Amino acid sequence: MNIITLVKQTPDTAKLSRTLNGLQLSADGQPRIVNPWDEYAIETALQLKEKHGGKKVTALSLGKPEAADALRTSLAMGADEAVLISDPALATVDTLGTARALAAAITRLGGADLIVAGRSAIDGNDAAVPAQLAALLGRPLLSYVAALKAVDAGAKTITVVRALEGGRETVSATLPAILTVVKEIAEPRYPSFMGIRKAAKAPITTLALKDLGLEASALAAGLSWQVGLPQTREVNCEFIAGTPAEQAEALVSKLIEQKVI
Amino acid sequence: MDDSTVGQGPSLELTPEHRMIRDAARDFAQAEIAPIAAHLDETGEFPLDTIRKMGKLGFMALEVPESEGGAGMDTLAYVLALEEICKVDAAHGTIMSVNNSLVCHALLKFGTPAQRSGFLRPIAAGDRIGAYSLTEPMSGSDAATMKTRAVRQADGSYVLTGRKSWVTSGPVADTIIVFAMTDPEAGHRGISAFIVDAHQPGLIRGKHEPKLGIRASATSEIMLDGYRCPAANRLGAEGEGFKIAMIALDAGRIGIAAQALGIAEAAFDAAVGYAREREAFGHKIGEFQGLQFQIADMKTDIEAARLLIMNAALAKTRARVTGERYTQQASMAKLFASETAMRCAHRAVQIHGGMGYSKELPVERYFRDAKITEIYEGTSEIQRMVIARAALGLR
Repeated sequence: MNIITLVKQTPDTAKLSRTLNGLQLSADGQPRIVNPWDEYAIETALQLKEKHGGKKVTALSLGKPEAADALRTSLAMGADEAVLISDPALATVDTLGTARALAAAITRLGGADLIVAGRSAIDGNDAAVPAQLAALLGRPLLSYVAALKAVDAGAKTITVVRALEGGRETVSATLPAILTVVKEIAEPRYPSFMGIRKAAKAPITTLALKDLGLEASALAAGLSWQVGLPQTREVNCEFIAGTPAEQAEALVSKLIEQKVI
Repeated sequence: MDDSTVGQGPSLELTPEHRMIRDAARDFAQAEIAPIAAHLDETGEFPLDTIRKMGKLGFMALEVPESEGGAGMDTLAYVLALEEICKVDAAHGTIMSVNNSLVCHALLKFGTPAQRSGFLRPIAAGDRIGAYSLTEPMSGSDAATMKTRAVRQADGSYVLTGRKSWVTSGPVADTIIVFAMTDPEAGHRGISAFIVDAHQPGLIRGKHEPKLGIRASATSEIMLDGYRCPAANRLGAEGEGFKIAMIALDAGRIGIAAQALGIAEAAFDAAVGYAREREAFGHKIGEFQGLQFQIADMKTDIEAARLLIMNAALAKTRARVTGERYTQQASMAKLFASETAMRCAHRAVQIHGGMGYSKELPVERYFRDAKITEIYEGTSEIQRMVIARAALGLR
């Protein structure tokens, strides 16, 4: 079984100190980590490979060149290969553009039986890319997976338990499929020092847009948004003077006047 | 130097691999050790679970080559990892340091291929725990006075008899490097080293030493009562034991220096955190100059200790190729870092006032843990002797 795990490098939100650049969250120069949800995805992929004698686990990321650090962590945990999609033209890409680039890369890598990602990324928290990727690849999406019930590489089927608000759902799909996983799925392993040694020496394949046969214009953001402060409401306060009895009298008549009581 | 070469010379920047090692050790220490450190300190239980986990991840044989089952790292990687562990719990650090610097290093440097595959490999894999046993009740820094005897038998094996003390991990160790006299007339040249399987008859584990600090690093006496050690398990040549002990201690002292640095940093971080929050006389106490000067001295000492440790670590890594000793660098790093740990822990307690004396916070533990770094693997006095003798050209 060939497995691709999607790995995003995110700011370490627990360590952000000065992050407000105007209203835009700026993580420049801040510590960066593997999106914690993706660590569960990597663990899921590694366990699947160990259990089902898979061919290989490839960690795939899209980001700036320094996102290679996140891939090295994936390799240190046990991933066999790592691929980074990095191109200056991707700097402003939105989730759909990201999904398009990932889809092109996955196709170029020869596809996979399973694509595993964390339930969302702790920076944007959109949880949109895996769904968009599933749509682009025409494959089933199994989101918020808490447990794998059965994986049959021969029959190309998978049955999982999804953790949903207010309940659990057991669903089956045909492979290849896309999975997003939640915490319960497995406890991510620590990278071993032997793994780190291997990861430090391992090559990381970097793909630019031209390697994927994509034009920057095809990935242009479909959505645009602005960040602003919420509108302030004009509030006028009137203070009622007098003895407590007079205040109560005045307040009640005003409330009647305003049809509040 | 023109601008084009600036920044291309020697650098103290860590490589990405070294950063990954440090971060991996930090993550492990925070997640696995931090929640249990106070409890282990109180009970003095040996942390077998976490030590086994650390063994599986490669913490116990960082510098052992991959071909021998280790992680194949350099000394800098080792000190970075050890420092992170000790920032959270120095007791775990002691166990890690003894396995790496004293046991693995000695087996790697002096072990035969059979000894390396039989004893080093299982320690590197995290399956066995190692110990090093030089000290005796009446013989510490002056090893030549040791009483433990190893008497050669007709079949070439040795019979070991004697009492050893302060054996780190003694209550749980599987493999112990024991130093014993084969020729009492020859003084320190009569000492030989033996690889002792702690599960064989003739070895009795003695009482736990109750300790001021590093309490989870169980320490005990070891009694050898006619323990039979096959000739194949003698480490190095007969009479070479003292040299092996000292070479292992050169490596060990770099480890203890890194441990001391970790304790110093933990104490410093606690002191800074407290000084930013605690108010007295209408001000945060960190706004008082008397306290600021202490913080400045702690920070400067820590940075100086770090540089001495990096210097010793790089010298040890170079020694793999050159074979040169790095005794002086190791002693300077150990001396300065251990005294830094004690000073920082002392100040951290004082800055915390009453809270520093309370078991509610870990500061008093740092204070108790720091003290041992000035004592074991060569007291501060011994380090000064070593450094001065090297400087004066004396033996």
